[in-house]
Amino acid sequence: MYRRKGLRLFAVVAAFALIAAACGGGGGETTTTGGEGTGTTAAAASEVEVFSWWTGGGEAAGLEAMIKVFNEKYPNIKFVNSAVAGGAGTNARAVLASRLQANDPPDSWQGHAGWELIGTYVAADQIEPLNFLYDQEGWLDVMPDTLIPLISKDGNIYSVPVNIHRANVLWMNPTVLSDNGISVPTTLDEFFTALDTLKANGMDAPLAMGEQWTSMHLLETIMLASLGADGWNSLWDGTGDWSSAEVTKALENFAKVLDYTNSDASALSWQDAGQLVLDGSAAFNIMGDWQEGFFRELGKTPKTDYDWAPVPGTPGTFQFLSDSFVLAKGAPHRDAAIAWLTVAGSREGQDAFNPVKGSIPARNDGDRSLYGEYLLSAMDDWASNTVVGSLTHGVVANDSWKSEIDTALGLFLSNKDVAAFQDALVAAAAASPNQ
Amino acid sequence: MTVAVKESRRRKRFRFDKDKAIGLALVTPSILAVMVFVYGFIAWTLRVSLSAWKGLLPDYTFVGLDNFRQLASDPRFHIDVRNTVIFTVVFVGGCLIVGLGTALLLDQGIRAEGFFRSLYLFPMAISFIVTGVVWRWLMNPAQGDRISGLNLLFDKLGLDFLVNTWHATPGWGIAFVAIPAIWQMSGYTMALYLAGLRGVPEALREAARVDGATELQVYRKVVLPLIRPVTLSALIILGHISLKVFDLIVAMAGKQVQLDVPAIYMWTTTFDGFFFGRGAAIGIVLLVSVAVLVVPYLAYTLRQESGQ
Repeated sequence: MYRRKGLRLFAVVAAFALIAAACGGGGGETTTTGGEGTGTTAAAASEVEVFSWWTGGGEAAGLEAMIKVFNEKYPNIKFVNSAVAGGAGTNARAVLASRLQANDPPDSWQGHAGWELIGTYVAADQIEPLNFLYDQEGWLDVMPDTLIPLISKDGNIYSVPVNIHRANVLWMNPTVLSDNGISVPTTLDEFFTALDTLKANGMDAPLAMGEQWTSMHLLETIMLASLGADGWNSLWDGTGDWSSAEVTKALENFAKVLDYTNSDASALSWQDAGQLVLDGSAAFNIMGDWQEGFFRELGKTPKTDYDWAPVPGTPGTFQFLSDSFVLAKGAPHRDAAIAWLTVAGSREGQDAFNPVKGSIPARNDGDRSLYGEYLLSAMDDWASNTVVGSLTHGVVANDSWKSEIDTALGLFLSNKDVAAFQDALVAAAAASPNQ
Repeated sequence: MTVAVKESRRRKRFRFDKDKAIGLALVTPSILAVMVFVYGFIAWTLRVSLSAWKGLLPDYTFVGLDNFRQLASDPRFHIDVRNTVIFTVVFVGGCLIVGLGTALLLDQGIRAEGFFRSLYLFPMAISFIVTGVVWRWLMNPAQGDRISGLNLLFDKLGLDFLVNTWHATPGWGIAFVAIPAIWQMSGYTMALYLAGLRGVPEALREAARVDGATELQVYRKVVLPLIRPVTLSALIILGHISLKVFDLIVAMAGKQVQLDVPAIYMWTTTFDGFFFGRGAAIGIVLLVSVAVLVVPYLAYTLRQESGQ
């Protein structure tokens, strides 16, 4: 009896192993098909495989719109959309990592512009510089000067940004502000005064915040406000000092801002936090401008139901993040991949993608009739402001560095120890610098 | 005579007939697959855990126990260990108490026992992800105007003292995450105990009653000692689930350091931060801690079985 039970258990385990093996076999088959495709299409260049994590909502619709433009321009190239579902690309990046380790790269893939791409894929020698394409297409003339260094390494530009989102946006409830006699704060001091007024008037948590990554978003905007654009940039290019008194001050500001946030933040998504502002249970929320897309989805009216301004202390600075596409080194269909990147960086391609996704084009010559009130204001700022990069969304730090900062932040959120937080940030900068 | 019998038995055991050949042929692929996909990858993970691999591409530079040493002084890993201990104590303890309690109640020969048995066992059919999502709503820590879930229920029932911040409670949030886990697994524990209780011969209880034992004494002195092996099995099964818990916490709370456990740290540090060496080291620590729990138990049961 016992032995039979043992056997049965073993059979179950074995069955699972077989299923695993079968799955592995399946994956192998797909790869082989891809390989055959390579063989037959290298000459005809009739296929391009583009890898992304855009599988739903405005992102997938935007990608479809851009694919349509591509198909019109290159009717003889078949577009293979290899999108992998999963929030913010966590799953897709794991899949991509295993494909790259197996030496089976897609022709082009999506990544956040900046060090998330450079630190990972340039360091591993997986993507090609694209300076020739920028020269050929004249992109340097239509993109902000301050953007280019943030997506380059050693003078080589490595990706084509398709869209631009702004991270340093303060979302406000206009009714709450006018009821409390508060004007839009433009400096951190004004911001603290406004928060104190609201608290004194009985609002426990005037600043809405969500789960841990949204607190990293808050951290980076407050640090930018405290340090200024140059101070912020210097922390990432190795010239700044993480142990400086300025950084201490910035972290203390962040700690102070946290005092005005909701106690249930860890249980809320960024949408929930935005909802608090719409409902008037909070006056402010600091979030990227995808928050506007959410507000519009709910049928809210700009300037009436919600209002926006740069995060206090950051007017004149545009903290950006961007989805971009790269060219794989050893791409199976290099010419087709370059054709795809040409479309991705074109005015037509970006104007097809961005109105649907709810972001602005990386180019400053977008068709203004296609964009709503908020996006037009963002386009104006993009063309005129100093551009700096976002930490949470992959521009300024490589993934290893960012994940160490995330750990340090998580510890800080539970112990609120500024000195220990700064020590951990210094250690993270020393252990995983951008290189 | 006895020698001859033994001899023939031994010969019988080693006879190789067609059935056995087919059987062996059928299990060989599985054995090979297990060798490669389980033991092969354990060995590979061990190798990675001793390497300096950080970044997308493999780097097998041998660094000895550096990764493990760093974990020992890593404040996040300290939180992980603390959280795992709290979770394990609350979860395993809760399951054993609730499971044993419901099993004892069901053992009283109540009506519609089958119905209740299924009712308590059903949560086990759900995956931890689903449990996590549902309980995320139920244990919404919001209060005041936005009160919802269980807090709203308590509020409406006038049980205000029960309204709390659940898994957002600083420091002890992980203990609340164990509640959905108890909800899900206590039915299974009940089934284990019920099977154990049914295995206690009625004659023993009768004998105790004849000797003048009260019902309470029958349970304390006769039944519970006899089902002690069930407690051990339950402890092992629940314990290893608890050490490896991942999906429930991710579904309930996302990735936040306050509710971090080793499995989540392993995942984020490996795939978000590309610290493959450190991730593999956490994996090995998990494997060893589960082995410490399971191997003595397996050795014990194997000895028991060969004894029979």
